[in-house]
Amino acid sequence: MTAQLLSWGRYPRHTQSPAEVHWRSEIGPCLKRFAEERSTTLAYGNGRSYGDSCLASSDKVISTGSLDRVLAADWERGRLVVEAGITLSDILQLAVPHGWFLPVTPGTKFVTVGGAIANDVHGKNHHRQGTFGSHVERFGLYRSDDGRIECSATENVELFSASIGGLGLTGIIDWAEIHLTRIQSSDVMGITQRFSSLNEFMALSAELDSLHEFSVSWIDCAAAGKKAGRGVYMAGDFAEEGPLQVNASRPIGVPLTPPVSLVNSLSLRTFNEFYFRRQPRTRTTRRLHFDPFFYPLDGVMNWNRIYGRAGFQQYQCVVPQEVAADALGSLLGAISAAGQGSFLAVLKCFGDKPSPGLLSFPRPGVTLALDFPNRPNLEEKLFRRLDTIVHEAGGRLYPAKDAHMQGDHFREAYPHWKTLEHLRDPALNSRFWERVTR
Amino acid sequence: MRYLIIGATSAIASACSRQWLSDSGRSDAGETDFFLVGRSRERLEQTASDLTGRGARSAEIYTLDVRDIAAHPAMMEAAWEALHTIDLVLIAHGTLPDQRRCEADPRVAMEEFSINGSSVIALLTDIANRMESQGRGVIAVITSVAGDRGRPSNYLYGSAKAAVSTFCEGLRVRLFRSGVHLIDIRPGFVSTPMTAELELPKALVSTPEAVARRISKAIRAKRDVVYAPAFWWLILAVIRSLPRPIFKRLSL
Repeated sequence: MTAQLLSWGRYPRHTQSPAEVHWRSEIGPCLKRFAEERSTTLAYGNGRSYGDSCLASSDKVISTGSLDRVLAADWERGRLVVEAGITLSDILQLAVPHGWFLPVTPGTKFVTVGGAIANDVHGKNHHRQGTFGSHVERFGLYRSDDGRIECSATENVELFSASIGGLGLTGIIDWAEIHLTRIQSSDVMGITQRFSSLNEFMALSAELDSLHEFSVSWIDCAAAGKKAGRGVYMAGDFAEEGPLQVNASRPIGVPLTPPVSLVNSLSLRTFNEFYFRRQPRTRTTRRLHFDPFFYPLDGVMNWNRIYGRAGFQQYQCVVPQEVAADALGSLLGAISAAGQGSFLAVLKCFGDKPSPGLLSFPRPGVTLALDFPNRPNLEEKLFRRLDTIVHEAGGRLYPAKDAHMQGDHFREAYPHWKTLEHLRDPALNSRFWERVTR
Repeated sequence: MRYLIIGATSAIASACSRQWLSDSGRSDAGETDFFLVGRSRERLEQTASDLTGRGARSAEIYTLDVRDIAAHPAMMEAAWEALHTIDLVLIAHGTLPDQRRCEADPRVAMEEFSINGSSVIALLTDIANRMESQGRGVIAVITSVAGDRGRPSNYLYGSAKAAVSTFCEGLRVRLFRSGVHLIDIRPGFVSTPMTAELELPKALVSTPEAVARRISKAIRAKRDVVYAPAFWWLILAVIRSLPRPIFKRLSL
């Protein structure tokens, strides 16, 4: 009974056949079976990587979603030892009632801990807390050659840093110990303010980021002319007192994949206009549950299906602070010139806390993330142009979101790729890695 | 609440245990005790750490091969000694035999019947007496939709489950008088390690978590027999009602 798997963007369409492991003791035998077939493989958690970094080059993955057990929980110190297939959502269910929260969370809670480490994910508090990998005490790695090993800042140090942001290539991460963050309430005091240009965004960010734990902005990239660069800045902190509740509402779902994308230039402009106008004109503070604050899209299961059978591609880059305003202006100009746009254009200033990860994506600067419905000429018409701007600005793209980046750009932007290739478990390989290292 | 779970490392049993913990809420979860019985010590330990990590007060483990009927009483002694009174017993162990091998070799057939049928009846016999003298509690037994009618693809498994279901039917009436409730849970296709090798129609396959939610609700509602998910009741009603001259010409 094998469901066929894709990545979150449902592109590129290489369906993956999963071999399921239900116990950590099954990983070794499973790797052995692949070795006997002379096939490589890759761990597949909850399928939230967008492009081809979670697709095995053999199209045969090891599905780790059933490795979702808690091994130990210390609610005094906020330490959690878990199997790597557990989702952040599961962790929140357990931790929030005890007054603990994830130290770093991406925009969806449906990623696994293994995936969060392998992609060294970041969140709205990057400017203060850095990446997820900075809050991992240690983890277990199962390698086809060395078997089970433990990695931390003091043990197997090389593999520790290569595995954080290592795209799952250094071995199967089968458990991890993570640090949690104290909260006094599950509510967030959120601040919202519109901005009408990129310069205003940069100024808001400079003024408010340092005062708040969380910050992120939405930018209307369908807007042109006088409206270009407009958006909404959001910041927040956990409330100092209040209930400790996990949202129990069941998400609604997209039951099927429409034949064509429901996201087109008309629906997009309408949505963006509507969304922008709904936001308060002046700086407004309101109290809200952490769920809509951190995970607005998790309320709709399988929202990726609205892009239709062709899927979508996300474009996420980071450009250095010094050149950010110019580079972002050029990027948004190129997007609107190509007549493309994105529902979900997200902008954030990264901080300078270094990650232990060798191939970690964030660096000091500004990151921009956009979703595009997939089209046959999307790469030629738009992405090449954007890539050049990012490259010339000295920026880079996020492998976890990527399905197109060129090998030479990758190798230049991530000079440690050779170390990762050297430490890669020979039994593991991904379509992404094959593509960018060839 | 105090739970005795036999076959505790199975996917459905694990999902049920987690469901009960999350049903009970944080304060009551701290008063939840498990006694977990299974074959593999390593898996039992991992299941136990998961449940205590998720808020259970305690989770003791006990290794047992259910085919060893002589070893049953010692396990039950240990369980009652650890938990004193037991609110809920779940019997969830089982295998999915290779029907072809059961047809070729009577020893294989009897072995599989013993795991899925006789061992459950043996366990229930002893447990029923202990629960009866407790005068309260629930016994939940996982059987299968396969027990509703023998089909060529798995009639050995089906007949073992049918034996358990019929046994439960009578036992329920006996226990009713002493205030003990017995529920017969009949899951359809569930994606678990047991069914990993089967090619199943995707639309009919549910998850252990969905089945666990159904089981938890059914226990609270004191249902006698419950299909999980519910639509299997309808499917089985149709299958049961097919006249034999037609049924034997179909390959269901």
